[in-house]
Amino acid sequence: MSTIRTEPVTINLGPQHPSTHGVFRLRVTFDGEEIIDVEPVFGYLHRGTEKLAESRNYVQIVTLTDRMDYVASMSNNLAYVRTVEKLAGIDVPERAQYIRVISVELQRIASHLMATGFLLNDLGALATPLVYCFRERERILDLFEMLCGARITLSYMRPGGVFQDAPDDFWNSLNTLISDFPNYLDELESLITTNEIVLARTIGVGLLSDTQAVDSGVTGPVLRAASVKWDLRKANPYEVYDRVKFDVPIGNSGDTYDRYYVRLQEMRESIKIISQCIEQIEPGPVRTETPYFIRPPVGETYSSVEGPKGELGFYMVSDGGISPYRCKVRAPSFINLTPLKDMLTGWKMGDLIIILGSIDIVLGEVDR
Amino acid sequence: MIASTPAFFISFDSLKDLFVNLIQSLGFGESFGWVAFLLAGISISFLIINVMVMATAFYTWFERRMIGRFQVRRGPNRNGPFGIFQPFADVLKLIMKEDTIPDAADKPVFTLAPIALLAPTLMIMIVIPFGTYLRDDALLSNLNIGILFIVGVTSVNSIAIFMAGWGSRNKYAILGSMRGAAMLISYEIPMALGITSVLLLSGSLAMTQIVQSQSIWFILVMPMGFFVFMAASTAEMSRTPFDQIEAESELGSGYNTEYSGIKFAVLFLAEFMAPIVTAAIVTTLFLGGSQGFDFLPGGIWFAIKMFVLIFLLLWVRSTWPRLRIDQIMGFAWKVLFGLGLFNIFLVAVEFMVAVELGHTKDDGSLTTEYMLIMAAVNWMVTIIAFVILANFVGKKKYHRPEPTASPLANMGIGGD
Repeated sequence: MSTIRTEPVTINLGPQHPSTHGVFRLRVTFDGEEIIDVEPVFGYLHRGTEKLAESRNYVQIVTLTDRMDYVASMSNNLAYVRTVEKLAGIDVPERAQYIRVISVELQRIASHLMATGFLLNDLGALATPLVYCFRERERILDLFEMLCGARITLSYMRPGGVFQDAPDDFWNSLNTLISDFPNYLDELESLITTNEIVLARTIGVGLLSDTQAVDSGVTGPVLRAASVKWDLRKANPYEVYDRVKFDVPIGNSGDTYDRYYVRLQEMRESIKIISQCIEQIEPGPVRTETPYFIRPPVGETYSSVEGPKGELGFYMVSDGGISPYRCKVRAPSFINLTPLKDMLTGWKMGDLIIILGSIDIVLGEVDR
Repeated sequence: MIASTPAFFISFDSLKDLFVNLIQSLGFGESFGWVAFLLAGISISFLIINVMVMATAFYTWFERRMIGRFQVRRGPNRNGPFGIFQPFADVLKLIMKEDTIPDAADKPVFTLAPIALLAPTLMIMIVIPFGTYLRDDALLSNLNIGILFIVGVTSVNSIAIFMAGWGSRNKYAILGSMRGAAMLISYEIPMALGITSVLLLSGSLAMTQIVQSQSIWFILVMPMGFFVFMAASTAEMSRTPFDQIEAESELGSGYNTEYSGIKFAVLFLAEFMAPIVTAAIVTTLFLGGSQGFDFLPGGIWFAIKMFVLIFLLLWVRSTWPRLRIDQIMGFAWKVLFGLGLFNIFLVAVEFMVAVELGHTKDDGSLTTEYMLIMAAVNWMVTIIAFVILANFVGKKKYHRPEPTASPLANMGIGGD
C-alpha cells in the first residue's frame, strides 16, 4: 500500500481576520500545521498620506499624521513637528518640550498596553487581559482629553510647541496616574509574566537574532528584545531626554516573551521619565509664534524620534512654498515587518498569530 | 415503586407505569404495553430536550454575565431584568438569519453535523442520576452500563466535528476539524483512564451504583483521578486552554466558520451544553452525585455541585490563554496519560491491599475508614507528583538571565 499523499495548503490569513491587527493579509503555505512559506500582502489601508501632505500646508499635515499610527498619535505628531522645526529653524520653548515629552511617554505606555493586551488576546485569553489593559489605557486617554479635547486623533502639537498649555486638572490627574501605575504594572505582571501557559507559548518562539534584526532595519522594542541596546532617546537625545535618567531595557534572545517583557519594562521607564519631567517643568510659554503659513527655506531634512513601535522618521523636502515638496515617512511598523518571513517559517499556525502580535504593527502606519 | 419515589422526580419506569395505568383505565388491555413504552420514551426525550435547551440558554446568559464581570464590564443587561432574556433574543436572531450552505459544501454531511454533535450531548443526560442517591433514579434507571454508555456516546463528538469541518469545504474549518480529530481522540484516553480508576473503587458501571459507593467522595479519595478527568473533559469540550478547534484568534471560528442561522444555533447549543453535561458527569463520578445533608433534597445538592463545577470551568475559560496544538497533544500523551496510569496503579494496589486486609463491605466496595486512609495517602502522592511536574517539566521556574547587550549597537554614551 502506498503512503497517503499530502500536499501543502495555501491559506489567505486576512485581510479580514481577527488577529492580523487590521487589514493585513498573509498568504501562508502550510504543511499540516507548519508554516513553510509566508508572503505578506499589504496596501489595503493605503490612503496616500504622503501624497496628501504635498497639497496641505505645514500645520494641516499634523492631522494627517494622527491617522498613521492611530494608537500613538502623539508620537507621530512629535516626529512630524520636529522635522518641520528643523526644516524651518523654529525654536521650541522649554515648557513645551517638557509637555511634549510627558505626552509622548504617556502615549508610549498606552501603545504598549495595547500591544500587550492584543498579544494576550492572540494567545487566546478571551479578551480578559485585553480589557484589563484597556482599563488603564482609558485613564491615559482621559488625560489626553484634558490636554486637547481628543482621545485618539490628537493633533496636539504644532510646529513651535503645543497648541495650548496643560490645564491644572491635568497635573493632578497625572500625579495620581503616575503613583498608581507601578502597582497596576505589578498586577499585570503577576497575571501574565509567570503564567505557565504564556511561558510555554512564548519562550523561544519567533526568534530574531541581533544580526538579523540589525540587518533588516528593525527598530524599537523588537530590536531591543533581540539584545541590541539602541534607543534614539539615548543615542540621539531630542527634546529634554538628555535631562532625564532612564534605562534602556533589553531582552536576551529576541523571542516573543522578550518582546513582551521589554515592553513591560519600557512602561516602567516611561513612568520614571514622566515623574522626572513633572519635577523639572517650569512655567513659561508653550508655543513659539509662527506664521500660519510656514515657508521653510529650500532644502531637505530628516528627523526621527523613538516612537512606541520603533524609529519614526520624517524626510521632508521644501521648495520654499507653503506645502512640502515631498514628505516621506519612515514607518517603524512597516520596516519591522521585513524579517517576518524568517521569523515565521518553521513555526506553527498558533505561533504565527503571536509572532505577528508581538511585532505590534498598526496597519494605518504600514500602509499610510 | 412509584410510591417510594419522591414526587418531584420522574424516571422512565415511573412514567411507563403511569402510562400503563392510564391505558388500562381507558379500557385497553395488556397488549397495549408497547404504547406505554413508546409514550414514556417520547415523554423522556421531550423532557430532556426542553430542560437541557432551557438550561443551556440560561447558562449562556450566566456565562456572558460572569465573563463580563471577570472583564470589568457589565455583560448583557438590556433584555429583561439583568439581561436574562438575552439568550432568547440570540436564538431568535439566529433562527431568522438566512441558512446558507456553501456551493462547494458536501450538503448531507454539512447538514447532519450539527445534529450529530447535539444528539450525543443530550443522550448523556438520560443516565445521570439526579435524584436522591438511595434509589435507582436516573431518568433511564435500569441502564447498568451507564458510564460505558457515556464513554461510547461522547466519542461521536469527534466524528461530528470532523463532519462539520469536512462538509463545509473551507480551509479554516478543515484546519479546525483536523485539530479536533487529533485532539478529541487523544483526550478520550486520559478520560477513560480517569473513569477506570472510579470503576475500580465502585465496582460497577451503573451510575447509581457509582454514587452509592461514594461514602467518601472520590475527589477526596483520588484527587489525581479527578484532575486527569477534569483536564481531559475540558479538552473534550474544547474550551480554553484547549480551544484549538475554534481558536477564534487563529482560525476565525474554526470548524463552524461556514455555519449560519439555525445550523449555527444548534452547533452553538451543543457547544454550550457540553459544560453542563460535563459538570453532571464529574458530579456523579467524583463529587458524590446527589449526596448531601438532609435539609435539602438530593436533586438540589446535585445542582449545587454542578453549578460549582460550571463556575470553575468558566473561571478557567475567562482567564487562561490557549496552548498550541503540539503542546496540547504533548500534555495528553506525556502528562495526563502518565498520571492516569499512575493513578490506576495506585488505586489498584490500594484496593488489593484492602481486599487482603478485609476492609471490603459485602457488595465489594471499600469501608469508609479504609477510604479515609486512601484519601490521606493519595493526596500526599498527588501533591508530590504535581510539585515534581511543575518544577521539572513546567517552565514556572523560568529565569530570565541578565541580558547582555549585543556588540552591534553603540549608543556612544559610555555604555550605561
